[in-house]
Amino acid sequence: MGNTGTDSRAYNSWGRYPRAKHSRVLPVFWRSEPPALQDLTESVLPFACGRSYGDSCLNDGGALLDVAGLDRFISWDEPEGLLRCEAGVTLADILTLMVPQGWFPPVLPGTQWVSVGGAIANDIHGKNHHRAGTFGAHVTRLELLRSSGDRVVCTPESHADLFRATIGGLGLTGLITWAEIRLKRVPGGAVSTERIRFSGVDEFFRLAAEDLDHEYTVAWIDCLARGGRLARGLYIRGEHSADRSKVLKADSRRMRVPVDLPSGLINRITLAAFNALYYRSQLRSTRRRIESYESFFFPLDKVLDWNRLYGERGLLQYQCVIPDRAEGAIEDLLDQIARSKEIPSLAVLKRFGTRKSPGMLSFPRPGTTLSVDFAHRGPTTLALLDRLDRVVEEAGGAIYPAKDARMSGPSFRRFFPDWQSFVPHVDPKFSSSFWRRVTAD
Amino acid sequence: MWTPNSHPVSGAVSPLTDSARPRLLIIGATSAIAGETARSYAADGARLFLTGRDPDKLAAVRDDLRVRGASQVDTAQLDVSRISDHRLVIDSAIKALGGLDVALIAHGVLPDQRGCQEKVAETLEALQVNFTATIALLTELAKHFEAQRSGCIAVITSVAGDRGRRSNYVYGAAKGGVERFLQGLRQRLHRFGVAVVTIKPGPVTTPMTAGMKKSPLYASPRRVGQRIRRAIEDRKDVVYIPWFWRPVMALIRSLPESLFKRLNL
Repeated sequence: MGNTGTDSRAYNSWGRYPRAKHSRVLPVFWRSEPPALQDLTESVLPFACGRSYGDSCLNDGGALLDVAGLDRFISWDEPEGLLRCEAGVTLADILTLMVPQGWFPPVLPGTQWVSVGGAIANDIHGKNHHRAGTFGAHVTRLELLRSSGDRVVCTPESHADLFRATIGGLGLTGLITWAEIRLKRVPGGAVSTERIRFSGVDEFFRLAAEDLDHEYTVAWIDCLARGGRLARGLYIRGEHSADRSKVLKADSRRMRVPVDLPSGLINRITLAAFNALYYRSQLRSTRRRIESYESFFFPLDKVLDWNRLYGERGLLQYQCVIPDRAEGAIEDLLDQIARSKEIPSLAVLKRFGTRKSPGMLSFPRPGTTLSVDFAHRGPTTLALLDRLDRVVEEAGGAIYPAKDARMSGPSFRRFFPDWQSFVPHVDPKFSSSFWRRVTAD
Repeated sequence: MWTPNSHPVSGAVSPLTDSARPRLLIIGATSAIAGETARSYAADGARLFLTGRDPDKLAAVRDDLRVRGASQVDTAQLDVSRISDHRLVIDSAIKALGGLDVALIAHGVLPDQRGCQEKVAETLEALQVNFTATIALLTELAKHFEAQRSGCIAVITSVAGDRGRRSNYVYGAAKGGVERFLQGLRQRLHRFGVAVVTIKPGPVTTPMTAGMKKSPLYASPRRVGQRIRRAIEDRKDVVYIPWFWRPVMALIRSLPESLFKRLNL
């Protein structure tokens, strides 16, 4: 029941900001026996792995549906690659079962501890967005349980609007009980990788221009670097490999952060040291090697509960997308971050592709996405993110709801012009802290 | 009443011989703990016969195990408190699987202790499910295992059976009674090469305990379910899960009644 990597089910988001107090948590163990949603007086929101960073998985003052118990597979059509499973099945479960058989999820985010329901509700994207698009593009059908008690099977053709609203719909259209996704064939569980050192945003874009030649691409960047060294980093490319020399089984040796560390541990000094070491750790300018899929896709999963390294204050992640026509916006963002006193650990840059998602509130669009983790130092951190919002708004970009804890209502409506077609599909009994925040003003 | 459905999974290529794909009967297969044990076996292509009260839940478990690799999964609806149904279901399982290597008894209900104190009928119903039905199943199964002179019978009892406590003695009495029965059964079947495993979990986070306040002492169904498989394969006698309950319950059992009756334990 649930592969969250932690036994105590405190219902927080990954960034642990903001906190929420839930009136109650209703567990769902069987898709044939859902709780009676009509009888609830308060609003409700599904919750599985809680990997959303902000408050899109929280429902302060309301109830949560803990769907970790919906963790069963339903059917597997091997020639077609169609896997049907309950919404609480995690991508880790799918990988463990399917990689040995030569099949792979079509899209993977930065962690394997996300549920299929969460992957759909956030229309997640991965390092292969430029080729494969988002997760929602690979969902063939799903069953939605609404508070009226109705079960609706939605496909791109049948109940199409509800289907498009549910993909990226942040759990607001109802409870996804099960879904069917199309997996892809792979030659094995290994990934052959290439890591290239680069300096400057221009070099990033030059490398990214070749993205379509590669299945997976992403760049790690050093946000603290300034001036000529602005955006130095590592460009990482990967392809599936038939190489059998790497251990393919899930390496279960993991460390766990057992307690919240003191908040000041991650600061600009330790971060600068870490960045310098990480950038220099690759001595040659280009390095090729074979890795296990776990090591390539989920390096952070090695440390369970790594969010506790940020201490009680938690962290804020800022992920935005900047369309191509907005020249210089990426440099502008990086410049503002470097000049602030904030602590931007872990920053990632990637070019999105043009493959459209069916989701009404889908985040990825053609352009460049920047994701940065910030230690939450208080009002100054929030103020920086507000300044970054201005850059994103002016560039005609957007912010990713799955990572967001603080964007304003007017910003949200600018970022997601389709929000009005989405509203009629919100189930009357479903709500979230995020939704109330972005529809308040 | 009950209907067995036999749908062997096609396309499951297994280089293992029949003996490496054990045949398991699981009574109460919709239990969270037994479900994890079944998943562990399914991953190795085992052949399973599952019983439970709710056909929808049984079907969900069956489908899950098939995708996970079980080479055969059949089911039968069974309410264990209907003793007269036992024989037919057991015979059906033996027929479907061609014999039994393991029988795992995992059904159970956690009665409301207060309610049982108020109403005799509630107490007796709890005892019927947790004790009488289990004894009846074991009596039937023992005949088969004794005749085949091999295999393993495993029963999930509880640490609650180690000592009767104010908060749950209706449950504890049934589990304790089953343990006593298993001791005799173990001694009877040992000379026939049949192992009898008494499985004693501490508290586990399952639907059964959903309404209760959790403490760090609660174990996950996955951990318990997998430990059960090891205990079956190792043909253990009595297993506490997790292991620390063994010394803890030994301590609790050692307290004299004159002291224990005054405690809030």
